[in-house]
Amino acid sequence: MEKFLLKYFTLIRVVIAIAIGIVVSIFLIYLISQEPAFSLKSFLLGPLLTRSRLAHLFETASPIIFCGLAISVAFQARQFNVGAEGSLYLGAAVGTAFAVSTNMPAFIHIPLVLLIAGLAGALWAFIPGILKARWQASELVSSLMLNYVAYFLGLYLINYHFRDKEAGFLVSYQLPQSAWLPQFIPDTRIHYGIILALVFALLVYYFLYHTTTGYEIRITGFNERFARFGGINVFRVIVLCQVIMGFLAAFGGMTEVMGIHRRFLWQNSPGYGWDGVIVAIIARNHPLLIVPASFFLSYMRVGGRVLNLMSDVPAEMVQVIQSIIILLITAEAFLSQLKYRITVRQAEKGGAV
Amino acid sequence: MSPFLQSIFSTEFGFAIFRVTTPLLFAAIGVSISNLAGTINISMEGTMLVSAFMGVLVSAFTGSLILALLAGVAAGVALAAILSYFHLRLKADIILAAIALNIFASGITVFLLYLATGDKGSSSSLKSMLFPEVHIPLIKSIPVLGTIISGHNVMTYGAILAIVVFYIITFKTPLGLRIRAVGQNPNAAESVGINVNRTRMWALMLSGFFGAFGGLYLSMGYVSWFARDMTAGRGWIAIAAATLGGCMPLGTFLASLLFGAVNALAIYFASLQFPSELIALIPYLATVIALTIYSAQALRKRTRKVAEAKRVGKITEVKETKESS
Amino acid sequence: MEKILEARNILKVYENGVVANRGVSIEVQENTIHALVGENGAGKTTLMKIIFGIEQAQEGEILYKGEVVHIRSPHDAIRIGIGMVHQHLMLAPDLTVAENMVLGSEPRRAKLFLDTDKAEEITREVSEEYGLQVPPNKKIKDLPIGVRQRVEILKALFRNAELLILDEPTSVLTPQETAVLFKTLRNLKTTGKTIIFISHKLNEVKQIADRVTIMRDARVIDTRDASELTEHDIAELMVGREISFERIPPPTNIGQPLLSVRDLSYVNEEAILVLNKIAFDVRAGEILGLAGVVGNGQTELVRILTGLLEPSEGEVTLRGEKLVGLSPRAIRERGLCHIPEDRMEDGVAEETTLEENFILDRYYKRGFSKGIRLQWKEISQHSRELIEKFNILAQSTKTPVSSLSGGNIQKVVVARELSADPEVIIAAHPTRGIDVGSEEMVHRLLKEARDRGKAVFLASADLDEILKLSTRVIVIYNGEIVAHFQDMDKVKAEDLGPYMLGVQREEAVSGKVSA
Repeated sequence: MEKFLLKYFTLIRVVIAIAIGIVVSIFLIYLISQEPAFSLKSFLLGPLLTRSRLAHLFETASPIIFCGLAISVAFQARQFNVGAEGSLYLGAAVGTAFAVSTNMPAFIHIPLVLLIAGLAGALWAFIPGILKARWQASELVSSLMLNYVAYFLGLYLINYHFRDKEAGFLVSYQLPQSAWLPQFIPDTRIHYGIILALVFALLVYYFLYHTTTGYEIRITGFNERFARFGGINVFRVIVLCQVIMGFLAAFGGMTEVMGIHRRFLWQNSPGYGWDGVIVAIIARNHPLLIVPASFFLSYMRVGGRVLNLMSDVPAEMVQVIQSIIILLITAEAFLSQLKYRITVRQAEKGGAV
Repeated sequence: MSPFLQSIFSTEFGFAIFRVTTPLLFAAIGVSISNLAGTINISMEGTMLVSAFMGVLVSAFTGSLILALLAGVAAGVALAAILSYFHLRLKADIILAAIALNIFASGITVFLLYLATGDKGSSSSLKSMLFPEVHIPLIKSIPVLGTIISGHNVMTYGAILAIVVFYIITFKTPLGLRIRAVGQNPNAAESVGINVNRTRMWALMLSGFFGAFGGLYLSMGYVSWFARDMTAGRGWIAIAAATLGGCMPLGTFLASLLFGAVNALAIYFASLQFPSELIALIPYLATVIALTIYSAQALRKRTRKVAEAKRVGKITEVKETKESS
Repeated sequence: MEKILEARNILKVYENGVVANRGVSIEVQENTIHALVGENGAGKTTLMKIIFGIEQAQEGEILYKGEVVHIRSPHDAIRIGIGMVHQHLMLAPDLTVAENMVLGSEPRRAKLFLDTDKAEEITREVSEEYGLQVPPNKKIKDLPIGVRQRVEILKALFRNAELLILDEPTSVLTPQETAVLFKTLRNLKTTGKTIIFISHKLNEVKQIADRVTIMRDARVIDTRDASELTEHDIAELMVGREISFERIPPPTNIGQPLLSVRDLSYVNEEAILVLNKIAFDVRAGEILGLAGVVGNGQTELVRILTGLLEPSEGEVTLRGEKLVGLSPRAIRERGLCHIPEDRMEDGVAEETTLEENFILDRYYKRGFSKGIRLQWKEISQHSRELIEKFNILAQSTKTPVSSLSGGNIQKVVVARELSADPEVIIAAHPTRGIDVGSEEMVHRLLKEARDRGKAVFLASADLDEILKLSTRVIVIYNGEIVAHFQDMDKVKAEDLGPYMLGVQREEAVSGKVSA
């Protein structure tokens, strides 16, 4: 039993953190609500109870998965680039601009728009990457600032050059139908973006764990000196992982534009980039775990909305729970006393530690 | 003169700059002081939100401005205390923990807002108070300068005072000295008996303290209500301002003013055909450029020529491993 | 004269099993300058750390001014009057001299404020009292290192240190600065202070010390008046030993030089000439030992040979091909491998598995990957083979390296490097901090590599190792080759000692072999 605990210690810690979060949410609901049992049911089971809510779960998961994957690639190399948000926004803006200005059959248009958006995001993320690789400028600060620059540039691009004057709000022209990602489940807005997200999760997993470049990225994250010692081109790794991050984030953002809104309508940055950070933390940067982590986040959000709608408890409770879970997960010393004691007991028993 | 240029060089604009800079300055001071101790605090967004909310809440329910002030400050410091606990005691990464706290603050303020007022958008149903404006007797009569300097909210003058306090704490108190020492060389501090973690804790609490005033101003200085996520990214701008200003009092002040000016400009630009977005991004871009120059300078990596050698000699062994003696 | 400090029978064993001090006893007289000398690993820094409270001894006691004291932290040590000036100065670079002086015991005005004037005054007072000039209002980073050291000394004196410990103080000073330091130390002696100083520079020890304690192998060998000993005597005492091991049989088939170094010089970022016209050859089928006290340029030399550092001048060739300017990977591909001196920093990524550590230098090669795809089955198989061949104690190939013992971790490093079947092996302190069994194995592997015709370059501070394994030995001191022993048959530790410690040097010597 104890050996099992040690081996999967990190995973167990995450599960315990989530469990504590849920306990806190139960506590809060009971504290606040006039009808706690009903509210709790709405929160925990709400997303499963109607077709539209279940669909919403999948709809919102897609960009979160992409951003989670994006951030995890950078974090695996220990590059704390939080520029997924900026790459997503600018990339989607550029992709939109391209989409509405060109005309071609769907089977070319769709991949090309996605590719252009991705490239724009990749190029944007190249900046903090090269600044870090060449001059050791903090990628955290530069990507944080560049998120704003990207936001303003994207906003400028859309509002001044691609604004649909006839629409009531500040939005772009509608994308031509050839650039729409089809929705494939009737009565929902679930689009092929989710399929792409799952495919990319597998691709990123394969990339990180089964390719030479992925190995270089991970080893650099484990011990940069060791990587250099072995001859790995660390400069390239630092730039590459951030470029990949930018690509994935922008790609993901574009899928939502093409699959749901069919316009660029984000006057405020949608926040998926930050969701990506949350999900990467929960999934400990593992691409396959990003998927359930994203669904978990999405589930909590939708659950929160149902809670909000059906009861007297506000949806913001979800943010509170989320933050508690993240804090517990990042607290390395959380439960470490327990781990230490088990380790010592095992060593005394004569395990080959 | 074009109407645009006229409005820029007007006294209203000068006034607006100081008004807009106020919350930024408080937050930037908070970021600076914690940076000096080596603990990067990116949870200013959260700090300002909780203090803004608590100020409004307490002022509405107690009718006392002083109590509201205390409550707001307490809230800001409490958030910083949580960050400090998780980072210093539970060894959480300070960036990730701060991100979590920002989310926490965003959620809990709206949560409590709803419980208090039944409204999630803003607290306008509450009769919360405003910090008063101050019209300085003689100064306000000075032409041009008078209209820029006098008539601000007391908090704006408070922000200027805060810079002075920041300077005094950092350079004229033992705590400030220790904070700087800990940030520059924790080993040196430890070797003279200073508790590094305790000092960092103080730095974070001070950070929360200053940031709290920024939040209070937002909800009780210019307007008298709390709205969800009303910090609108000012916490991030504060980080930029602190970085650009080198975390020093004068630098932080000037950098905050710069950001304030650009923000104010952006509003004026809206009246023009020129896109305000392109102006708004300038300070952020400037920060990135400044950061790059600073880092490139610090690196100075190049192979030296033999002729440059100033002396011959052994160098010291860099690492102290347990095996060496 | 009274004894100010006495240590009796100190035993100190570190967590990894290394015995650093064994039955160590030392007496320091008041008002003297007492030098403490010994090779790396002899136990001198540990002893000082125990006296200053950074480490605690398992056994033994310390008496200060005749009374037994329990020093559990630097705080305790400072309180009773012991001060230490570390090798790495404990100063905050952006603070002024005065600020660094009073840090931790700041003078206050009205309880809340820092009395900067008083701080300045204190600095001047202490400075004058001991005759050490320092500018109170300048920032540390703007001062040359000699002045910074003075500040450190004053810091200790300000805290009422009567016994000052200096750890290798002259290693960072120019000759002029050293002269000034010595004048200072003599002055301090006249004001009643006692000084212990750890050093490798025997000429300086002779210059300044009244008494010398020589340590070796975790024990105190002798304590004598400095006037009774010549530098040669001290050197001999430091390294002299009974040969407690068997030298490996000499090589039978030495070939051509595979690795050649010519005119290699390196100036570091602080404009110190760390390597000065180094030249040597390493032939196929031999082990060339590089003996020297740590800090004389070995680290930089090894890093230059392996492509991790660029020299200022000079050339390194492998089978005639130039290596300077090539990437570490290119150098590895030409047949050079590297057992690094710090296995945890450079040799392994401890958080990940053995498999991932084994393939660091070959993951992209045929047999381990096809194009961009890693072939994990083959990698695991290869890892299992290595674990077996090198007798590594681990549960599986997927165990994280961090769960292995030090000796086993080093085996992982050695397994990886040697299994690359290189032409040239650069081994830097390869048995530092590992158990005897693993050490034996590493030595055996190096001998076998030599017998298979490889060229082995062994840089080590462990004289036993050098004597046991080397075919030829060069000694490095202050970045220069000062001795070359071509026939190791009758060479003893005492012969190497004086060269290692700068007491003796051969003229116009290099490690080259005649063509």
